[in-house]
Amino acid sequence: MVLIMIIYYIISIFIAVMIIWNLISERENKQKIILYMIVLIPFILRIFRIR
Amino acid sequence: MSHIMRFKIISSLIIAAIMVVSSIQFYKHRHFQLPIVAGPGVTKVVKLSDYCKQIKGTTADTNVFFLEGKEEGGKVLIIANTHSNEPAAILTALVFIENCVVKRGTVIIIPQFNNSGSRNTKPGDGYPLFFDIPTKWGTKRFRMGNRNAAPLDQWPDPDVYIHYPDKQLLSYLDVRNTNRTWPGRANGPLMERVTYAAMQLMKKENVDVAIDIHGAETMFPVTNCIVAPEKSMRIATMTSLTVKAMEGFENHVEPSPGGFRGLSHREIGDYSNTLPFLLEAPLPFLDQPTGPKTVDLLLSGKDPFLLSLSKQKKLFVPYDESGWPMEKRVGQHCSVVLEIMHQYSIMHPDRSIEVDNVPKYAEVVKNGVGFYYHDPKKCKKEKIFYN
Repeated sequence: MVLIMIIYYIISIFIAVMIIWNLISERENKQKIILYMIVLIPFILRIFRIR
Repeated sequence: MSHIMRFKIISSLIIAAIMVVSSIQFYKHRHFQLPIVAGPGVTKVVKLSDYCKQIKGTTADTNVFFLEGKEEGGKVLIIANTHSNEPAAILTALVFIENCVVKRGTVIIIPQFNNSGSRNTKPGDGYPLFFDIPTKWGTKRFRMGNRNAAPLDQWPDPDVYIHYPDKQLLSYLDVRNTNRTWPGRANGPLMERVTYAAMQLMKKENVDVAIDIHGAETMFPVTNCIVAPEKSMRIATMTSLTVKAMEGFENHVEPSPGGFRGLSHREIGDYSNTLPFLLEAPLPFLDQPTGPKTVDLLLSGKDPFLLSLSKQKKLFVPYDESGWPMEKRVGQHCSVVLEIMHQYSIMHPDRSIEVDNVPKYAEVVKNGVGFYYHDPKKCKKEKIFYN
């Protein structure tokens, strides 16, 4: 169980990095920028073990 | 700086500010320590991990209070906050821990059974993070927890929870629900280890009676009742009849379904010699068609939507303008627990349990719950245990 948990944290970090990458790359669509930021919140909270 | 870059920076700062503010609140909630004053009857306090080393050092570990009488007798285990969003349970447990004196037998109390669940919350449902109980010396603050353990402590959830050992398919969420993971196993998911530890406690300490305290929706049929399997049915029935005749409140008996696995009132009885009982008091806060989930709703149980539904006979309990206040729920639990002990003692005089100094229904309703709590600031440090 602990090993699976660690793998899930690694997956969460990977997805968070991808979202941040997309956020930085986005240069036109404001709605997408807001969307990336909102989607990022649960990943950040989980990676820092807040929620 | 381009227009889009300015937009990104400003919106990032706003989102970050929201995240920091909410993170601080979540962190404070998760790390809040509830002081519990060990009353005159408490003889020792141990950890649940003493019965299962696999939960040692985890958030699942919790305090176990022993109240031992001078005379040998029967043993009763009171389990509270199996579901931490049903707080009448912990309030009842604290009334016992801070006041009860045992004359004969032993009372064992786990006030925060799902300790991880008590550090979890349900922001999507707008749950308050804390609630305060007024006392003679100020207010006593409690964490408002959740039904299931925090995903920070047990994650990920499976697609379907396969109950051990019966292999019944349950909801994925139930893998974090300590009223679905009985009887548990030492090497299973964390919540299975918690229930396994409690099973080991009951076997090692030779516990005669286990009482698991809960709360349930007023729109749910299994509410305001004692749930009991076949082996506990006689005591449950006598308890129900006695509290109605002597103390004037309803608390009907519901049979524990044999085909629904993982529940305390089923598995404790099936996998040990202990007689299990599960107590349900009405908890309007949990009903779906209510107004905002405020502390006031939690404590008073007053809600205009439920009142309207009551007039249409949609509720399973009597409901009027007075709601279902916390003191009524805690008072019921105190009386029912005492009556179960009494009925067990009548049927097993060689293993009787005699306790003193625990208020009954009418007293709790009259004085309020906080009346029975002691000020931790005025108690000796060695008498305070944090959960």
